[in-house]
Amino acid sequence: MDYFIELFCSGLTRGSIYALIALGYTMVYGIIGLINFAHGEIYMIGAFTSFIVATVLSIYGFPLAAIVVVAGVAAAIWSSAYGYTVEKIAYKPLRHAPRLAPLISAIGMSILLQNYVLLAQTSDFLPFPELIPEFAFMEPIAHIIGSSDIVILLTTTVVMLALTFLIKFTRIGKAMRATAQDRTMALLVGINVDRVISATFIIGSALAAIGGLLIASHIGQINFAIGFIAGIKAFTAAVLGGIGSIPGAVLGSLILGLTESFATGYISSDYEDVFAFSLLVLILIFKPSGLLGKAETKKV
Amino acid sequence: MMNKLILEVSGLTMDFGGIRALDRLDLDVRSKEIVALIGPNGAGKTTFFNCLTGIYLPSNGDIRLVSPQTGKESRLNGLKPNKITEKGVARTFQNIRLFSQMTVLENVMIGRHCRTSSLILGAIFRGRKTRKEEQETIDKSYEILEKVGLAEQANEFASNLSYGAQRRLEIGRALATEPFLLLLDEPAAGMNPQETADLVSLILQIRDEDHAILLIEHDMKLVMTLSDRIFVMDYGEKIAQGTPAEIRVNRAVIKAYLGEDVESDNA
Repeated sequence: MDYFIELFCSGLTRGSIYALIALGYTMVYGIIGLINFAHGEIYMIGAFTSFIVATVLSIYGFPLAAIVVVAGVAAAIWSSAYGYTVEKIAYKPLRHAPRLAPLISAIGMSILLQNYVLLAQTSDFLPFPELIPEFAFMEPIAHIIGSSDIVILLTTTVVMLALTFLIKFTRIGKAMRATAQDRTMALLVGINVDRVISATFIIGSALAAIGGLLIASHIGQINFAIGFIAGIKAFTAAVLGGIGSIPGAVLGSLILGLTESFATGYISSDYEDVFAFSLLVLILIFKPSGLLGKAETKKV
Repeated sequence: MMNKLILEVSGLTMDFGGIRALDRLDLDVRSKEIVALIGPNGAGKTTFFNCLTGIYLPSNGDIRLVSPQTGKESRLNGLKPNKITEKGVARTFQNIRLFSQMTVLENVMIGRHCRTSSLILGAIFRGRKTRKEEQETIDKSYEILEKVGLAEQANEFASNLSYGAQRRLEIGRALATEPFLLLLDEPAAGMNPQETADLVSLILQIRDEDHAILLIEHDMKLVMTLSDRIFVMDYGEKIAQGTPAEIRVNRAVIKAYLGEDVESDNA
């Protein structure tokens, strides 16, 4: 039974990290109908930024809590700057082009960013400083759930509640929903749609960066290619939940995380990706709009 | 006494490939005036609205807007739709285009977007200014909902409203952007007589609150009772303009609507 709970907890942790990345995919898709394949790289850049900041700060002997906060904020800002710039140079000029064009441009951006980090940081796995210590009070249940799992779960919960609030109640959130529903009408009620799209990329990138920091410190090492597989997994999760739907992205991520965790625990860790992507294939065959997504109705 | 000029369109032309949808159109609207734009289907009326609001870029001609409050003059051609809304022009659509997955209140609040300013940082830190702005937005939105008679349904989803109520909500959302010129595209289409009567009194009330209104409409009774002046279009051209009494007897208009005069006494 303990083993089951352990797998369940690690599945939740995994799933909530996927969710942080999947939200960026789903928000961007909801607003401009683009699958932003460079999003995984934004997450990777977030991990590297927090890696650099955390390493420098720990050399100077700052307290751990300060390091985590500063590294997290720095990663969020720096990744947002990348997300914003990628949108401006690679997607905005193609906004009225056929849908395939920005998609190819996204793949190009993804490869570009990967190779740029490869050149700057080498292809080695770099040891990520352990930012989340083992808490003493966690001792009795440490064999079921680790301290970093708890921190990850709490952080993602807080971040997601904040995001829900932002989208539901604030001015920019309403503008985002309006733009997603009807872009022309949003323009006509005076919304600066370009700015809303930028805001979406900034928010999505910041979430991914926080995910990058958390997972890197959980696993303990990073390299330039981590964005690829994480991006594909988060994309799978977003499609599973129904791309464009925010609760869908979270639900899909948790299901994917749990599936992987149980498959690894009860069958074999070699099959982790097989199960993840089998899930993607099955959902595409039987419910292409995803669990919470709306079936697309063509306007006549 | 003539009211102040607020919209002056001159020589407006819109070509789609080889098809000329608007042909050197001249039109003007003065403050506190209700102007109707009529014509057979396909005459180019909605195209004209799309040019005015920045959805289409006109091929030729000029659209000038003068704010009655500040007297500031601006040229609308080439501006983006959101900039034009900021300048004080709002519109509704022939087929209802509400944000159907939002509540009635949110639909109106979204109209206040261009009159407010808080962005991501404001949303995160929620300083006093942001909270004050949000409260003002809610208050003003309720005011507008009262005006269009939807305050009680404020928290319903827009898609759950009756047809007539959805039309009124569209007008409410347009009013939330604080326009001085309101463009209504067939506001009475598909309404029953009671709903039409409510709409007429709403439009008159809006006019009395210092808005000019330019409307496209097929309901001739409504056009004749409401309008101060009427412009008639056919095949992208203006074929007549004048007061309702003048338009009623205009030969060119009768010809456009009913075809060639049967009696043909001047043959």
